[in-house]
Amino acid sequence: MTAKKKTSLPAGRIRDLLYRRPEIVFSVLLLILIIGGWEAIIALFNIPPILVPAPSAIARSLWANLTTPRFYSHVGVTLWEILAGFAIGSVVGLVIGVCIGQWKMLEKTVYPYIVAFQTVPKVAIAPLIVIWFGYGIMSKVVITALIAFFPVVVNCIAGMNAASYQQVDMLRSFTATRWQVFRMVKIQAAMPFIFAGLDIAIVLAVIGAIVGEFIGAQAGLGFLLLQRNFSMDTAGTFAILIVLSAIGMILHLLMNMIRRRIVFWNERDEILAQGSS
Amino acid sequence: MIEIRGLNKVYDTRDGEPIIALKDINFDIEQGEFVTVVGPSGCGKTTMLKILAGIMRKTSGEILVRGTPIDGPNRQIGVVFQEPLLLPWRNIIQNVMVPIEIQGRSKAEYGPVAADLLRLVGLTGFDKKYPNELSGGMQQRVGIARALVHDPAFLLMDEPFGALDAMTREQMNLELLRIWHERQKTVLLVTHSIAEAVFLADRIVVMSPRPGRIAEVIEVDLPRPRTLAMINSDAFGTYVARVRKHFGAEGLDG
Repeated sequence: MTAKKKTSLPAGRIRDLLYRRPEIVFSVLLLILIIGGWEAIIALFNIPPILVPAPSAIARSLWANLTTPRFYSHVGVTLWEILAGFAIGSVVGLVIGVCIGQWKMLEKTVYPYIVAFQTVPKVAIAPLIVIWFGYGIMSKVVITALIAFFPVVVNCIAGMNAASYQQVDMLRSFTATRWQVFRMVKIQAAMPFIFAGLDIAIVLAVIGAIVGEFIGAQAGLGFLLLQRNFSMDTAGTFAILIVLSAIGMILHLLMNMIRRRIVFWNERDEILAQGSS
Repeated sequence: MIEIRGLNKVYDTRDGEPIIALKDINFDIEQGEFVTVVGPSGCGKTTMLKILAGIMRKTSGEILVRGTPIDGPNRQIGVVFQEPLLLPWRNIIQNVMVPIEIQGRSKAEYGPVAADLLRLVGLTGFDKKYPNELSGGMQQRVGIARALVHDPAFLLMDEPFGALDAMTREQMNLELLRIWHERQKTVLLVTHSIAEAVFLADRIVVMSPRPGRIAEVIEVDLPRPRTLAMINSDAFGTYVARVRKHFGAEGLDG
């Protein structure tokens, strides 16, 4: 979509853009080149659309989807699973992470079990979750929450230890209580880490919802993906992949926007974010 | 005002050989006095300051503030650290107000005090800036304002200007003396600069290492207000020489 926008610019403005931000122009050109080359190879070698569809076929399928109201109900189901699972997983992760960070005792007693639990592949227990929570939305939310939980816990614990002991000493010298030290320094210093965890969690949440739907579902983009795969609608499958990656990117960008507002004071993190977006 | 009686501090180490950081420290600080503590690294001067600040436990001995024994942080004390230690997510005025918040004092009452202190340390108009927008010297001034905002009687300073360049440091010394004079505080300042110790002090506590103990207490009889020109006077040089002879060939290092 961005490619269209840029090429419709008048020549003078493109030259101006080329001068100021050459990487944008080149990355758009690269995209056009890849899509064009792809289209040409499909046409040239007469590759059957069931194997690899042409970009134009994918675009047509995508457009057909986006103009069908029914498609949006699938998007809505998956989006709801992602957001609800992410919310539950990250809130539980935050609470447990803060508690473990605050009481060293818990780090030694509870944390090993959390690590042990994490080594179990969530995909492997997804069938069990479906048995326990049914074929509806609930089981997907649970799987997503389980996947989103771990990066938040780990980063939260790391963040709780990030406050320098000198800053803590400074507060204590002014007679701060444990709770004040937590509120004024520890949780604040943990924020860049917590957001790093939340960012990983939101992207994993997309995977969680799709994995859940693969195991067994009646609606959602993962369900639709499987259906189209079975009916050899390869172009339709690609169209869903594009929608999924768009959802993932939008959620990641939203998370970054929130992070920049809250962790505005952390310059180093801002540089990292620029590199990743 | 402050009495230190038989203060000892022993650190346990991994190899089981305890390190005596402070051995039998005794001295008093009078109300309104400016005392500097000078010594090479490892002489226990920072340890002593941390114990006075209540953020480190003593092994034995007693500390009395206005006749009352203290063991822990005290609201009558304000501490300035080696680094500014400002909280980067708070703007300057919010950083200065940290002790007010901690001690549950009225923000309405102390807000003007904080603004006044920022003026005193020469940072008028910086109240809404964030720490990363300020230079090291400016940040340390905020640290000084923060230590004074709850109007403590007693100011503890742990090598507060060690990280600054020589010229900023001289400037900060003059400003500190002005603040001390204006606010009538009692100050204990730890430094490893002999010249700084002489320049600021009514009395210099000279410490020597292994074990950390008081080698000599020197009364400084230079007139006040002190000026930078005094640094070149003979009297100043005599005091510097008298402190330095304790460290002999070792010299003083960071």
